[in-house]
Amino acid sequence: MTGAARLEMKNISKQYYGNRVLKGLSFSVNKGEVLSLVGENGAGKSTLMNILFGMPVIHSTGGFDGEIFLDGEKANIKSPEEAMKLGIGMVHQEFMLLPGFTITENIKLNREITKDSLLSKIFGKPMKWLDLPAMKADARQSMDTIGLGIDEMLPVRGLPVGHMQFVEIARELDKKNIRLLVLDEPTAVLTESDADKLLEAMKILTGKGISILFISHRLDEVMAASDKIVVLRDGEQIAETRPSETTIDRIAELMVGRKIESGEMVGRPPSELKDDYILEIRDLSVAMPGERVKGVNLDVKRGEILGIGGLAGQGKIGIANGIMGLFPSDGDVKKNGKTIKLNAARASLDNAMAFVSEDRRGTGLLLDDSIEFNIVATAIQVQGKFLTPGKVRILDSQAMTGLATNMIQELDIRCTGPGQLTRRLSGGNQQKVCIARAIILEPNLLFVSEPTRGIDIGAKKLILDHLVKLNRDNGLTIVMTSSELAELRSICDRIAIVYQGKLEGILLPTDSDRDFGLMMAGEYHKFHGKEAV
Amino acid sequence: MDNDFLNKLGIPRLIISLFLAFLVAAAFSFGLPMGQIFSAMLTRFGMNSLLVLAMIPTIQAGAGPNFGLPFGIICGLIGATLAIELDLRGFTAFFFAIGVSIPLGAIAGWLYGLLLNRVKGQEMTVGTYMGFSIVSVMCIFWLMAPYKSPEMVWPYGGDGLRVTVVLDGRMEQLLDRFLSFTVNGVTIPTGLLLATALCCVLLWIFMRTRTGLAMSVVGSNPRFAEASGLNVNKYRLLASVVSCAMGAAGIVIYSQSYGFIQLYQAPLYMALYSVSAILIGGASLQRATITQALIGTFLFNALLVIALPVANVAMDSDISEIMRVIISNGIILYALTRKEVGGDAR
Repeated sequence: MTGAARLEMKNISKQYYGNRVLKGLSFSVNKGEVLSLVGENGAGKSTLMNILFGMPVIHSTGGFDGEIFLDGEKANIKSPEEAMKLGIGMVHQEFMLLPGFTITENIKLNREITKDSLLSKIFGKPMKWLDLPAMKADARQSMDTIGLGIDEMLPVRGLPVGHMQFVEIARELDKKNIRLLVLDEPTAVLTESDADKLLEAMKILTGKGISILFISHRLDEVMAASDKIVVLRDGEQIAETRPSETTIDRIAELMVGRKIESGEMVGRPPSELKDDYILEIRDLSVAMPGERVKGVNLDVKRGEILGIGGLAGQGKIGIANGIMGLFPSDGDVKKNGKTIKLNAARASLDNAMAFVSEDRRGTGLLLDDSIEFNIVATAIQVQGKFLTPGKVRILDSQAMTGLATNMIQELDIRCTGPGQLTRRLSGGNQQKVCIARAIILEPNLLFVSEPTRGIDIGAKKLILDHLVKLNRDNGLTIVMTSSELAELRSICDRIAIVYQGKLEGILLPTDSDRDFGLMMAGEYHKFHGKEAV
Repeated sequence: MDNDFLNKLGIPRLIISLFLAFLVAAAFSFGLPMGQIFSAMLTRFGMNSLLVLAMIPTIQAGAGPNFGLPFGIICGLIGATLAIELDLRGFTAFFFAIGVSIPLGAIAGWLYGLLLNRVKGQEMTVGTYMGFSIVSVMCIFWLMAPYKSPEMVWPYGGDGLRVTVVLDGRMEQLLDRFLSFTVNGVTIPTGLLLATALCCVLLWIFMRTRTGLAMSVVGSNPRFAEASGLNVNKYRLLASVVSCAMGAAGIVIYSQSYGFIQLYQAPLYMALYSVSAILIGGASLQRATITQALIGTFLFNALLVIALPVANVAMDSDISEIMRVIISNGIILYALTRKEVGGDAR
């Protein structure tokens, strides 16, 4: 290997408000190489890409430490425009295409080829005409390079998603100076055959000397496509390896691996929980955008804490939202043997189920109302509590305030009093209000989604401890959905892993990191060849 | 402490109150008949308050101030004209008018609510033009309706209602005079104020029932409401029904105090005055309280009452109508552009 690497990132660190999210990453990619970045959600992949692209979010939060070299030259990237000038291209997870424009127009957007017109001679450049034939030829060339054989003048609206992905790549390729291409989960929305085509296109690109940074959750693709694999976990670079030197299950293990002290785990052995099911879910589909559930079968044991885990977008969030009637769903859900009417929030609430939503500010709170009213609002409507007796029943302020004061004490909600607006509370305290609201419905089955997302460590522990306390003292069955595997493993009795909208399997918190990693990547059955527990 | 007080009061209310105080002082120094002015303030406060209170249900239910209030007002006008057509007098006429107005207003509110549920997020614009359209449609109705009472139809031709119908001897100032008395030259319209108080109490109770609370949950966060098993559209519809029914009853109270029933184009801008009054009182487009409605009604009307005579003396010209337009539209503009949240609803 002669000469400098195409991209070298040296000792990259980043803090957000004192929270270290990247801890000294260093790696390099050579010309024409594919380097894959793998890691769970929140491992730091996006932050790393934001740094590489000079996104404003990085610079508005104090910049980063470390150095970036492109072909041996130190690059000081302060904005996405500079990144583009340096020849870094990016294909986003969400499509950044204008639906009403043709493929050619999208590919050449802001880099249009122009020719002189009468007006431009007078008014200058902005009045030039587009040279459409030249633009078409350019677009055609880029599309041919990656084997996209459709008409370059088709509008983007209505193209299959696979084609849109290719149009994005063609757009990056059309930038003549492109040296490094970042593909952020390009295959997430593709069918398998489209994904195969994409991998082939990647080979063509590397053949032309373009280097690729590839981000994917599909480990088999990573193994097939990359020259180098870098594993990230919690902002740390855990390993740098090559496909020939490793295996999928080794990567899975590296991705997940956390040291969890056995003392931290409170899950009970399977023998302690009887096969007495409080909830039986059969063939549940939920049309929740971005978290689609496609036929889940799952049983919840009475008195357990069941975790639902999986990567973002695989559908774990959709399960509770579907059962609680917040998104259109279909299937058969039985509680204590009795079928629950779906698509009706009231029916679920009437059947002693309660829900703490992952969308705290959007669904979970009345932001412009007081803490006390937030806590009692659902109970008033569903159960007619906190109303004065008599013919005309109105809000019983005394009972409301009394209860809220108790809850504030019990859950240690830091506030100026029960009358404070919830908008003014911190994330952790808002979450406690949501939990209080669910508890006073006196449910026997509680769904909690992402209970600790975006809240500080102290509040996190308090909330998890309180959930365990509710479970042990009151016998409340809890179904907790979380993106944080460590959190699930610390309090759950069993953990169901969802992959591509289906149940991949159920693990115990004590199972190996490797098994969790494989299940979340959808590779478990290929290795074990057996049905889930 | 001072800051707290200022925050609660709000800068706009502070400025308006100071302006009002300045006008009162000016009126006093010009030697204007203060007794009459204060009486007029109280009367205008009473006659407008129910129309302003009618804004609360729709604001609380998340449909914004009810710009479609003219729809309800027209139902009230139908009730009042019917009472005269049937040759009723006194409290019989008044209660008959109210009794007819409320169900008609409720029906209008139901239709209007159906419309509002189809145009979520644009209630204010749609409501305004809905109000304008219905006023125009009703102009045809007033011309064509088969009313026969000679007190109301045009003296020539005998077809169609007059622009203003005089209530003299029917129910003119019926509530205003009920138990009224005079202190230091200020006539207190006791009956009118009692009626206002009654409306406030009824609305207060309603907004604290399970239904009323559901309404404000729906307005505060529709997603939260759905997750609590509430039917968002149903409660928005109900808010519109209640609001329009209140508007219908409100115009009857307004007319009896005013002494005339104003038909044709008169209801056109009534919603705007009510909206600006409640916004002056400190309500936001999402949250409003009864106190805010009352404070706003008083400030808005007191200003109008006193601005005219003071301006006449000071400037030798009638600018009160111009003032009213500037104030009411200015306040609406102000409220539409600010993002801060209003006070607690309960």
